[in-house]
Amino acid sequence: MRTEYDVVVVGAGPAGTTTARFIAGQGVSVLVLEKDRDVGYPVRCGEAVSRAGVEEFITPDDKWISAKINKFSMIAPNGEEVILPLEEEGFILERKIFDYVLGQKAVEAGAEILTRAYVHGLIFDGGKVAGVKFTHIGEEKEIHSKIVIGADGVESRVGRWAGLKTYVDFREMESAVQVTVGGLNDIRQDTCYFYFGQEYAPEGYLWVFPKGNNSANIGLGVSGNIGKKRSALSFLNYFLEKNYPNAGILTQVAGGVPCTITLEKITAPGLMLVGDAARQVNPLSGGGIISGMIGGKIAGKIAARAVKENKPELISLYEKEWDERLGRRHRNFDRIKDGIYNFSDEKFNSIARAFNKVPMEKRTLGNLFKTALIHNPSLLVDVAKVFVIKN
Amino acid sequence: MLLIEITPDKCDFCGCCVGVCPEDAIELKEAEITIDEKLCTNCAKCVWSCPIEVLQFNKEKAAEVKNANRV
Repeated sequence: MRTEYDVVVVGAGPAGTTTARFIAGQGVSVLVLEKDRDVGYPVRCGEAVSRAGVEEFITPDDKWISAKINKFSMIAPNGEEVILPLEEEGFILERKIFDYVLGQKAVEAGAEILTRAYVHGLIFDGGKVAGVKFTHIGEEKEIHSKIVIGADGVESRVGRWAGLKTYVDFREMESAVQVTVGGLNDIRQDTCYFYFGQEYAPEGYLWVFPKGNNSANIGLGVSGNIGKKRSALSFLNYFLEKNYPNAGILTQVAGGVPCTITLEKITAPGLMLVGDAARQVNPLSGGGIISGMIGGKIAGKIAARAVKENKPELISLYEKEWDERLGRRHRNFDRIKDGIYNFSDEKFNSIARAFNKVPMEKRTLGNLFKTALIHNPSLLVDVAKVFVIKN
Repeated sequence: MLLIEITPDKCDFCGCCVGVCPEDAIELKEAEITIDEKLCTNCAKCVWSCPIEVLQFNKEKAAEVKNANRV
């Protein structure tokens, strides 16, 4: 390890290692600092992605795919099930391995990764971020760099230290808890299940995602609004006791999902933010793996160019490029989320009843949202933008 | 005075509380969490956002402080 790199990335999740891979691929030196001892662990994620999303970055490989998904099952508060065949295949990942393989890709491209490296401050030079201060296995260290990239997740502090307002409104933070459960014989391994309604998941959804070998991720998130009164853990325990009282729990993990639009500023002089740290999460689904990797790819390419051309100001291009690729789309999703967020149980039940009359071959996610928002015409425009006009 | 209490043994170190803290008062390492009393304003947003009930707002202590201030 040197004391100077062109770029330092803080955090070795999918966004961080993807950023590093695209920087190193341009022959620019990059070091990734990870506070935990492993890349890819602990996994704080439901692990669902689309095949197409993954394929932009890596060829699908069964060693990190737990299950292949071809339909959604949405369960209304009264128990009525709506089956939605998917137009695109989905995967439930084994992120422990997936994240690790992404780390390998970055290293193969020429990046360096250092684990057990806890970044606790930035170095400034004339008002510009010029490096990081960190503790590595008990030893204080400093690295100077032309650019620092914060990929430090939902708990991001790197942006704050550079003066960006990065904290999430507690009402938009989905505080989640998930168990991986074994011995489930009655769930289909090709289906993602979503439960809606006040009983199981007010202002959100509860998910059951298959993990192969009769196991599944079962989890839910609640916003701080709900969390004031009752925790995510208490909702999850209630669901498990009612539906899977004899479930064998293999692991339990907590995590936060910033279900909000991207931060207004994701760059500052010498600094860029990617992934959950930039709030590059689909606010409707809470999905952030692929969108974080897309953010990382855009940021990585621009950072490499800024270094190679010795034009630090180029990093501001990242904001516009991200906005055109996904930021704008996330604002649409956010408006749709606001529209359906407060639906009553009766409303969910009536949507399920109406959509179950649609013949199977005509069912699409876009049609489902149209059914859901039929009495809310202003939002139909947002639905059309997201689901009908594909980019 | 700090009125937010952490039970570190319960903590999963997930970072929800850090993400919602407006004051940057919470420090999270791989398996270590602390609140900086000098920065914390006792707003309780971290308490509401903790998925697994690790953080609590100490109401009795808050009432004591209030009473003491009255005297």
